Amino acid sequence: MAKKQRLDIVTPEKVVYSEEVDFVVAPGVMGELGFLPEHTPLVSALKTGVLRVQKDGKELKVAITGGFVEVKNSRVVVLADTAEREDEIDVERAEAAKKRAEERLAKGGQDIDIARAEAALQRATARLKAAGKM
Amino acid sequence: MQNARDIRRRIKSVKSTQQITKAMKMVSAAKMRRAQEAVQAARPYAIKFTDVLGRVSAAAGSAVSHPLLEVREPKKTAYIIITADRGLCGGFNANVIRRAAKELAEYDEPALITVGRKGRDFFRRREANIAAEFVNLGENISFKQAKEIAQFVIDKYTAGEFDQVFLVYSEFINTLTQRPTTVKLLPIETPAEGEEKNEEGAKKPKVSYMYEPNAESVLGELLPKYVETSIFRALLEAKAGEHGARMTAMDSATNNAKEMIRKLTLSLNRARQAAITKEISEIVGGAEALG
Repeated sequence: MAKKQRLDIVTPEKVVYSEEVDFVVAPGVMGELGFLPEHTPLVSALKTGVLRVQKDGKELKVAITGGFVEVKNSRVVVLADTAEREDEIDVERAEAAKKRAEERLAKGGQDIDIARAEAALQRATARLKAAGKM
Repeated sequence: MQNARDIRRRIKSVKSTQQITKAMKMVSAAKMRRAQEAVQAARPYAIKFTDVLGRVSAAAGSAVSHPLLEVREPKKTAYIIITADRGLCGGFNANVIRRAAKELAEYDEPALITVGRKGRDFFRRREANIAAEFVNLGENISFKQAKEIAQFVIDKYTAGEFDQVFLVYSEFINTLTQRPTTVKLLPIETPAEGEEKNEEGAKKPKVSYMYEPNAESVLGELLPKYVETSIFRALLEAKAGEHGARMTAMDSATNNAKEMIRKLTLSLNRARQAAITKEISEIVGGAEALG
């Protein structure tokens, strides 16, 4: 059997995921980062997006917002602000949030916080992608 | 001596108070357990985070500059004060407030960020300078709430409106003990160096990391998060402490009520006995007079 690596996804509120996996793809700020066992030690900031985990031929998607990843000795630690596994995502809520953010961005104008609306849009998009709705 | 009816009424009222305090105690016990679990659930993140932060700041070197590391002459000081939204928890709020008020006296017009209704009300009455208030945090503290508070102070600090920021909260030691604690939040004093020495002292092979994009910008990401997690932890501990304090306070209230009921019952019996004795002696006296 192929060598595995440990993946821990931790948020300030709880440990979301902790298992032995084959392959991890994380949304790094410089582009996607793929980790196989025995990856060289690395620390990277992450952006809001979808993290993919491959384990025994099955793929799991986790929507994460913000945070960073540390890799060392075949151990991947993801510290994210929020992390939701695909089966935990509230699709309706994410869709509503996406619509709201899009409307706000489309309306434009001075009195809206563009950065905030964009961040909200990214979060909603990441959730929908992870849930397989996009 | 009070008459028997009045005493009976007192007993009844004390009993219903006792029921309330007993119920509150049990509710607090349950809530405290949950709050403690939240504190524990937050621990892995905090440990890992400090670990990575230490390493990254060591790698970034001491020359790195970041707005949150910038030490300025402390002209304007801000205090984040974490209290509970509700009372009936013994000295919990008073202890934090007293500690904060004492420290505030040393600064010239400090700005306050009050978290929790009790602290806000107190400092509002004192007409202190409240820069921001966060109330009604509810039972389940979420990281988002901590983030909001952190964002506020970070913005103010970066804008130069605050030169240093302290955090006063109640540290949860155990159910019976909560200790008011002050920590310096900004400028950040990197926890790096002390720990790094330990690692070298143990002669562990030092792993060299790749940083993406580079150590400085990773550090830039980490520092605001450090503020957030510190506040988050304080909020969680305060919540657990609040329930612990309330539980203890309600426990002693229940015991006091019990003691009071015991004493009242005793005097009720005495009063009743006295009434009976009086009646008998009146009858006897009346019979003698007739005979």
